[in-house]
Amino acid sequence: MGWLAAGLTGGAVPAGLLLAPADAVQGGAQRLMYLHVPAAWTAYLAFGAVLVGGAGYLRTGDLRWDRCARVAAEIGVALTAITIAVGALWGRAVWGTWWAWDPRLVSTALLLIVYIGQLALRDAVAEAGRHRDPAGPDAHRAARWAALAGIAGFALVPVVHFSVVWWRSLHQPATVLAPHRPPIDALMAAALLLSLAAVTSTAFWVFLRRLAAIEESADAAAPGRPGSATDGPPVVDVAPGTGIPPVVGTPAAANLPRTAGAASTVVAGGR
Amino acid sequence: MIRPTRARLTLATAVLAGTGLLAYGGLRGTLTYYRTPAEVRADPEARHATTRLAGAVVPGSVRHEGAQTVFRLAAGGEQITVRQHGAPPETFREGQDAVVEGVLGADGVFRSERLLVRHGNEYRPAGPTPPADRSGAIAGPRAAG
Repeated sequence: MGWLAAGLTGGAVPAGLLLAPADAVQGGAQRLMYLHVPAAWTAYLAFGAVLVGGAGYLRTGDLRWDRCARVAAEIGVALTAITIAVGALWGRAVWGTWWAWDPRLVSTALLLIVYIGQLALRDAVAEAGRHRDPAGPDAHRAARWAALAGIAGFALVPVVHFSVVWWRSLHQPATVLAPHRPPIDALMAAALLLSLAAVTSTAFWVFLRRLAAIEESADAAAPGRPGSATDGPPVVDVAPGTGIPPVVGTPAAANLPRTAGAASTVVAGGR
Repeated sequence: MIRPTRARLTLATAVLAGTGLLAYGGLRGTLTYYRTPAEVRADPEARHATTRLAGAVVPGSVRHEGAQTVFRLAAGGEQITVRQHGAPPETFREGQDAVVEGVLGADGVFRSERLLVRHGNEYRPAGPTPPADRSGAIAGPRAAG
């Protein structure tokens, strides 16, 4: 998976920077589209995975679903922050402003805040408990709250996507995902699809690696407990195939989500 | 004396209602990001409060007067003359959509403090024969300043 992601990225970068022509109106700044749009779509996908993982947890009570949802939420937050940061650069170059109180921008910022809040809520509920056990009752309480918040938060995704249709905005409407597709140059469309494949596969690779790390730390902390990863499918095995040793499960690994969330907040705030 | 659960419910309702009101008030300017020339002209508020006006920059209407840029914005068959203070973005072109932020003067001229360029969702390379509706775009961005 890592090699696939690297290969697609290796193809997408020259395609977006060199092969695809510069836009007639926007010039070179339009090339930011090849990161902005795939990051946004993959963030939608990640939040969709949060929805599925949360629903799966609520149905089965299996913490493996919850761990998938948690990793997906982290990736979705990071990608949304990237979308906003790159969009700010694009906006500065073409609109003449880093930020505008436009429905698409405001709803996307709201999406970011909601899922940072979802991650924080999970953490807060888990921390509030007295049992520091990754498969204990506190873990299930955190998982339930995170599932509810994650599912409710997904309602914002269609709002973000259709904000440019429902309301008057500065942001342009969709091109590729529009019902009547407006013209886009074939080379530009090809570069966009290639970079979409690159971003999605990279995100999926990060997802698998992070999930493997979390599963291992859950295993190490609670070996053989019902509901822990020991009775689950061998998801952990994916990481060795990437050629990079999986992160060893240590208590430090459990602190990663907070670091990831804080990093994205810095990205969003530092624009 | 009311029971704690009822007090909590009342508090939650009050907080929710307050949040909703604040959100509605804050988002009013967001949900309608801009207004058309006809709407701005019809609204007496636009002469006092800052509003956003959008339209296509009428080809041939752009003049530079010192640090100001004067042009007309057209949408839905109505036009408003805009006097923009400060340099417009480099992507500012005749025929393209623009959004200006300011106040409509008593003389019918919109005094803008901020100009944003809107662009469409069509992407094409700069060819040797640009489409007719964008021929004005080649004429050069703007005078320096």
